[in-house]
Amino acid sequence: MSARNPFVNVSYRAWYVWRRDLEVYMTTWLTNFLPPLLEPVMYVAAFGFGMGSLIGTVTYLGREVRYLAFMAPGVIAVAIMFWSYFETTYASFIRMYYQRTFDAIVATPLVVEDVIAGEWLWGATKSFMAGVIMLGMLTLLGLVAWPTGILVIPVAILGGLLFSALGLVTTALVPKIDSFNLPVFILIFPMFLFSGTFFPIDILPQWAMAIALALPLTHISYLVRGACLGEMPGFWPWSLVYLAVATFGSIWLALVLMKRRLVK
Amino acid sequence: MSVSPSNALPVRIRGLTKRYGAMTAVDGIDFEIGPGECVGVLGPNGAGKTTTVRMISCFTPITAGSAEVFGLDVSTRPREVKALLGICPQEDNLDPDFSVRKNLLVYGRYHEMPADVVKKRADELLETMQLTEKAKSDIASLSGGMKRRLVLARALLNEPRLLLLDEPTTGLDPQARHVIWQRVRQLRAAGTTVLLTTHYMEEASQLCGRVILMNGGKILLEGAPADVIAREAGREVIEVWDLKPGLLEFIETVGWQHERVEDRVYLYDREGGTIAGEITRGFPGQELMLRHATLEDVFLLRAGRTLKE
Repeated sequence: MSARNPFVNVSYRAWYVWRRDLEVYMTTWLTNFLPPLLEPVMYVAAFGFGMGSLIGTVTYLGREVRYLAFMAPGVIAVAIMFWSYFETTYASFIRMYYQRTFDAIVATPLVVEDVIAGEWLWGATKSFMAGVIMLGMLTLLGLVAWPTGILVIPVAILGGLLFSALGLVTTALVPKIDSFNLPVFILIFPMFLFSGTFFPIDILPQWAMAIALALPLTHISYLVRGACLGEMPGFWPWSLVYLAVATFGSIWLALVLMKRRLVK
Repeated sequence: MSVSPSNALPVRIRGLTKRYGAMTAVDGIDFEIGPGECVGVLGPNGAGKTTTVRMISCFTPITAGSAEVFGLDVSTRPREVKALLGICPQEDNLDPDFSVRKNLLVYGRYHEMPADVVKKRADELLETMQLTEKAKSDIASLSGGMKRRLVLARALLNEPRLLLLDEPTTGLDPQARHVIWQRVRQLRAAGTTVLLTTHYMEEASQLCGRVILMNGGKILLEGAPADVIAREAGREVIEVWDLKPGLLEFIETVGWQHERVEDRVYLYDREGGTIAGEITRGFPGQELMLRHATLEDVFLLRAGRTLKE
């Protein structure tokens, strides 16, 4: 089995790991579905109606947009990041370290790479589900332009695959579960705030905007907002390429680092 | 899945070595296990037993040498090897997110067994392992013995040709241990090949047709339990304590095989029957205990009495 190309050892059996995670999730589906249903409503109530009444409209890519309509897609972008990243960090770590579920699975014809790929797909699935539910809720609130709104779904899948892989990279590296606080605080939380989620990044100073443009969530925000407002920014192919390349690099790294951690 | 040649040995190990940095856990061991055999690997903690099993079960990469399971190289064909194995690990790693029965059903999917076959087999195994009443329970509600039985049931789900049991009864009470032993005996009788590690010598005597004693990553000796005991420790062991004056000197003069451990002396009576009598006659009132030699005596003689950790 090749060590150089970690994808060689991934097989279709990854879906059995995905099914396992899905079935666990479905045993408590009601409590699992409530947060993505209610989260956008709360964000919209607090930021949209609260802040929106103070702000009125914002200038976004040369056009005036109601703050509420500007912010709502940001809520979806944040959810895409959170739902996969937190699944493949805390939840995967519990399965790997405390429950030894990975060990049990690799005692069957599955290998470590199948397990990691399954976890990866499952993390992305959670972003997909959050994206679909939130898209529905925001549509009911009249904050999504259709038919372009449907594009939120492929963006949720791609963004989910990216943050799911980044979560696995983190999980491969942390010594214990408390260690997740550090990457969450220095990477995820700043992204949550500064990725064009709640305000347009072009109002930032030049240097800060350059940093923001390097953050993957910024590009997810652009694409989700483009879908919801009915007009993609002109550079959307670049955002897409950036996300695809980052996803490929992250899952490659996740497979290599996870194998290093688990196979000794 | 390609089927291995039917004449291939269940286990064939040559020069098997595992190093972690400067530490050598398994140091170039060779052994074979024939079809239907039940072989016990014995040794103190750190002897390399678990590492050996982990290499055979494709968990741990081999540093040097080779291991074949039914003719399949564990390094290059892990999926096919694992399809033939039933692995019962030292630590319980049952899935706490599922019920008892669902644990088996989900495992059947990893083995790509048809759903109806898995259901039937799961219910049979729950019955055999006396877990039917617990089928819908959470894993957390099971006792240690029940968890072990479920791990064994899970290992048997795919009807393995080789069962690997890593310390299957460590930490269990006598009742639970005997249930496990009974099941393993039934599997042996049905022709399943078994490799088990243990540091309970009685377990090895009860279950294994052959034992392999490991220490420091090497094989010290191997053979049928009775032969090994007869060869290494003889028939009887006499334990003597509160020694009468002159007894130790007497033992040394006569030249009996013996071992001193703090205030006790262990005498190994190869032929059996004479030493205890001579001590009682020569030193009236001397406290002693006469018993049959066991694997534990062999183990302590060969692996030493000092703690390894």
